[in-house]
Amino acid sequence: MTSAIVTSGLTKRYGRRTALRDCTLDIPAGHVVGLVGPNGAGKSTLLQLACGLLRPTEGTIEVLGGPPANGSARIGFVAQDTPVYAGLTIAEHLRLGAHLNPGWDKRLAEQRIDDLGLDPAQRAGKLSGGQRAQLALTMAMAKRPDLLLLDEPVAALDPLARREFLQGLMEFVAEHGVSAVMSSHLVADLERVCDYLVVLAASRVRVTGDVEELLATHHRLTGARRDPDTLGPGHEVVYASHTDVQSTLLVRSSAPIDDPSWATDRLDLEELVLAYMTEAGGAGRKRSLETQR
Amino acid sequence: MVVAVIEFHLDARSGVPPYQQLIRQVRHALRLGLLKEGDKLPTVKDVVARIAINPNTVLKAYRELEYEGLVQPRPGLGTFVTRTLGGDDTLAAHEPLRQDLTGWLAKARAAGLDDESIEALLISTFRVFSAERAGRRG
Repeated sequence: MTSAIVTSGLTKRYGRRTALRDCTLDIPAGHVVGLVGPNGAGKSTLLQLACGLLRPTEGTIEVLGGPPANGSARIGFVAQDTPVYAGLTIAEHLRLGAHLNPGWDKRLAEQRIDDLGLDPAQRAGKLSGGQRAQLALTMAMAKRPDLLLLDEPVAALDPLARREFLQGLMEFVAEHGVSAVMSSHLVADLERVCDYLVVLAASRVRVTGDVEELLATHHRLTGARRDPDTLGPGHEVVYASHTDVQSTLLVRSSAPIDDPSWATDRLDLEELVLAYMTEAGGAGRKRSLETQR
Repeated sequence: MVVAVIEFHLDARSGVPPYQQLIRQVRHALRLGLLKEGDKLPTVKDVVARIAINPNTVLKAYRELEYEGLVQPRPGLGTFVTRTLGGDDTLAAHEPLRQDLTGWLAKARAAGLDDESIEALLISTFRVFSAERAGRRG
């Protein structure tokens, strides 16, 4: 399988502050990837490194098999808060897009604006948040890229505008078979639209993998209090909490859990993400949790 | 454009994986007779544009339905229903079973079990039963 983004030891520092630390990833192409983590986890930094707006301090990053190039025709980038040119009309945005991008799909751009019920003569500064996001998405789509990078595109939108944005995005992905990487902290949205997940917390990659595989291999165990180390091989404890009498473990297991003294539950994506974030905030032990594919 | 006869929805709180929800909805529509042989399922693009889910989820559901022999993709045309599921006949055939179950529920109620206890007993018994069946086969 070809890769959308491959990084090795990728690190970005701003002065003394480390925004992204030793990030090693291999994101396969053909997925809609959710990039999730708390604010300041390094999501935007990773996306900006991927579209060539930033250069790594250390390590390497390859996008679609080559070094990232700022303004590459193969990448459509929707930046945080979906910026547009407030003084330009929608039609002027589309003309600008056509002028700057050799592969510009005029028909797609005009069709989308029409489908959205937007007036091409409208100035972008007068658009609602949802309409502005749709315009920014249209600009990225009409480049006909192989990879869409979206930085918190729906964070500021109301639920209806969010749903409409994701509908448009999924339709484009289905029709053109592009890969997409979208950062968000709205796990409920990611659960619908993403089939691959990358969890960043405290500047590090906590876990990556196919969403279904992650959900199938993570379990919550509850039972009488005991040492997590007694679980045996094939079980990795992501998160543990104990009361005087009870232990609750969140484990990633490649082997079935056949000890009947544990009550085993499946997790939803939100619980899984939270567990990895909590773990990051806790002891901060160095772990390597990437899924090897 | 062919008008699709069913519309999917997604229940984010159900805990059932999205692709399985789609499969259930198709099976349900087949059982109720909303979908019949020769009917077309919505295209992947239509489904994702409507309920904003990952296209691979829809593909996976349709593949599974194909594997079950319920639908057949026709290249360039779409995915079509090839078999119906029961309908009225099956519901009628289930009637004796339903009566047994109703009798059992009445007994459970008479024994003082509340809704939650009845549900827990039903589910745990069903699980043990399924596990034993699976064990015998394996």
